[in-house]
Amino acid sequence: MSELAVQVDRLTKRFGDFTAVDGISFEVRPGEVVGYLGPNGSGKTTTIRMLLGLLRPTAGRAEVLGFDVERQAEAIRPLVGYMSQKFALYDELTMAENLEFYAGIYGVPKGERRGRQQAVMDLVGLNGLGDARAGQMSGGWRQRLALAIALVHRPQLLFLDEPTSGVDPVARRIFWNTIDKLADDGATVFVSTHYMDEAEYCGRLGIMNGGRLLALDTPAALKRDTLPGPTWNLIVDRLIPALDALESLPGVFQVGLRGDHLHAITLAGEHSQHTLQSSLEGMGFSVEVESTDPTLEDVFMALAGDKAPSLD
Amino acid sequence: MNSDRLWSLIRKEFIQIVRDPRTLAITIVMPVAMLFLLGYAASNDVRNVPLAVWDQDRSPASRELLDAYRAADYFHLAYDVDSEDALRGLIDHGQALAGLIIPPDYSTRIVRGETAQVAMIVDGTDPSIASTALSAAAMIGQTKATNLLVERAASRGQSAVTQMPVEVRTQVWYNPDLLSSHFMIPGLIGLILMYLTTLLTSTAIVRERERGTIEQLIVTPLRSSELMVGKLLPYALIAMVDVVEIIAAGVLIFGAPINGSLPLLLVLSALFLMSTLGLGLLVSTMASTQQEAMMTSAFFMLPALFLSGFLFPLSSMPWYLQAISHVIPLRYFLIITRGIMLKGVGVEVLRTEILALALFTVIIMGAAVLRFHKRLD
Repeated sequence: MSELAVQVDRLTKRFGDFTAVDGISFEVRPGEVVGYLGPNGSGKTTTIRMLLGLLRPTAGRAEVLGFDVERQAEAIRPLVGYMSQKFALYDELTMAENLEFYAGIYGVPKGERRGRQQAVMDLVGLNGLGDARAGQMSGGWRQRLALAIALVHRPQLLFLDEPTSGVDPVARRIFWNTIDKLADDGATVFVSTHYMDEAEYCGRLGIMNGGRLLALDTPAALKRDTLPGPTWNLIVDRLIPALDALESLPGVFQVGLRGDHLHAITLAGEHSQHTLQSSLEGMGFSVEVESTDPTLEDVFMALAGDKAPSLD
Repeated sequence: MNSDRLWSLIRKEFIQIVRDPRTLAITIVMPVAMLFLLGYAASNDVRNVPLAVWDQDRSPASRELLDAYRAADYFHLAYDVDSEDALRGLIDHGQALAGLIIPPDYSTRIVRGETAQVAMIVDGTDPSIASTALSAAAMIGQTKATNLLVERAASRGQSAVTQMPVEVRTQVWYNPDLLSSHFMIPGLIGLILMYLTTLLTSTAIVRERERGTIEQLIVTPLRSSELMVGKLLPYALIAMVDVVEIIAAGVLIFGAPINGSLPLLLVLSALFLMSTLGLGLLVSTMASTQQEAMMTSAFFMLPALFLSGFLFPLSSMPWYLQAISHVIPLRYFLIITRGIMLKGVGVEVLRTEILALALFTVIIMGAAVLRFHKRLD
């Protein structure tokens, strides 16, 4: 039990009548990068807050690094790093002062403090920016500082709650490169996101919707196991009528609009490139069908039976 | 308590305070500005009561009487009127608070050795002014009468009967001139400090909550007690600056005495600050917005104003109000400031008050520490 970084057993959190997290169970092994994918309000933040001892579980239990989150929260705190959605920085303090504050609060020994601060600033690419006021920095820089703060005491386990929300795509890319570097060094990371593309970087990925954990596996396994059949891209002349027509065909599981084309999931063994092509042409559409690799968006749609949380 | 964590927090708080120069300036300037404003306003002294005079006699004797009124600075001979209606009008409009009517036969009667009557009318709307004005008017009249008697006796070649059968020799200790400013300034110092310090810390925790930084603080190993002490100490230091400047202002501008020990006054002021800063912190742990916190701490001010003995003596209040006054730290501090500044007393006299403030501080800080849970729900 204690060799697991996180062990969650039927964890539940209710706020009044609303069930934010509904009996989820999972495990995280040391050295894993586990993602948590789901739309806003699906229970990702509530789960992380319970694991950090910020919220009391209504039912079920969880252990982080072998400590019970409800009774031994203080024992967990020095061992984990946390980056909240809001990048909790003090605007009046400079970047370096923010980092120094948390290094002090986490009890980084005085002798090591300067070196450690320098190391994390280098890691997140903030060297030379220490004297800038945190309040004057834009989202991407604030995000990097928040990560540096979460890392300054060398935690064994890192909780990142939507670390890339409100950050531009370039900054997101750089951020994930840093997470990759950390993972290579053996860090255990638990990260939530609502971006499908980011979810691909995770070693294993949990799919959250409406407070339920629908699946947890590697992205490849999720694509392989959760879909009812093959996926297709269809380039058609009239998108919306074709979408309606396709949905009415037997053996078609789901159809979605993807920019300038349609994307469909069919039930296994029901359709081929040829049958789709001829069915639509028979209804008067000009169409080009190609087989495609499934995406995590397909996985989410198949599992949640719902619109994907974001389409970028 | 871990000194590393505590020191980091104190340092951070200081940087935040210093980098908000506007708030800092208000904090430094406000106490003296308030003392300046209230020190002049908060005075029970009856001085310069505007007096309307209807002198129907206009003789050297009547002018002599008026001079006697003029000499005592209780009255200010503001209006000279020539009818009762005019005098009434001035009092009705509040332009004059008292009226003196000297009858036309005033000097004639005095010369004849008869009793001359003058009329004194006082606006009784404000009883404290009225009673002081009345007794002052009577006193001035009596003194005048006694002098006249002595003069008359002398003019008849008799030796005056100046020996009074009974004499009450009054003696006023501590504030011999009965200057209400001497009484008010020590009280105002306490009141202003309480107002300022409670406000200062009332937003300290809830601000972190509003900005979302509290979540990050909770997940660190920082203890609740360290958070409270770390939040309190920087403000205590700033408040001590206020203490020094407000005492200096009280002495230099208003001439308030410090008959006792200044170091003792400073130390006990620090103790008082701990209790009020602690009260602010407790409010801060309970409020969900900064606005709510400020409203709540302002809510403590009015009872403190009335039930601490600042405005009205506690001894004349009903027992249940006196009981409530025991949980108001200002009550004890007023006894301390007045005791040290006016009476010049020391620790041996103020032991109860010191203990009460210390106890209050411990309880209120303990409550704040217990009240703050390292959780969000």
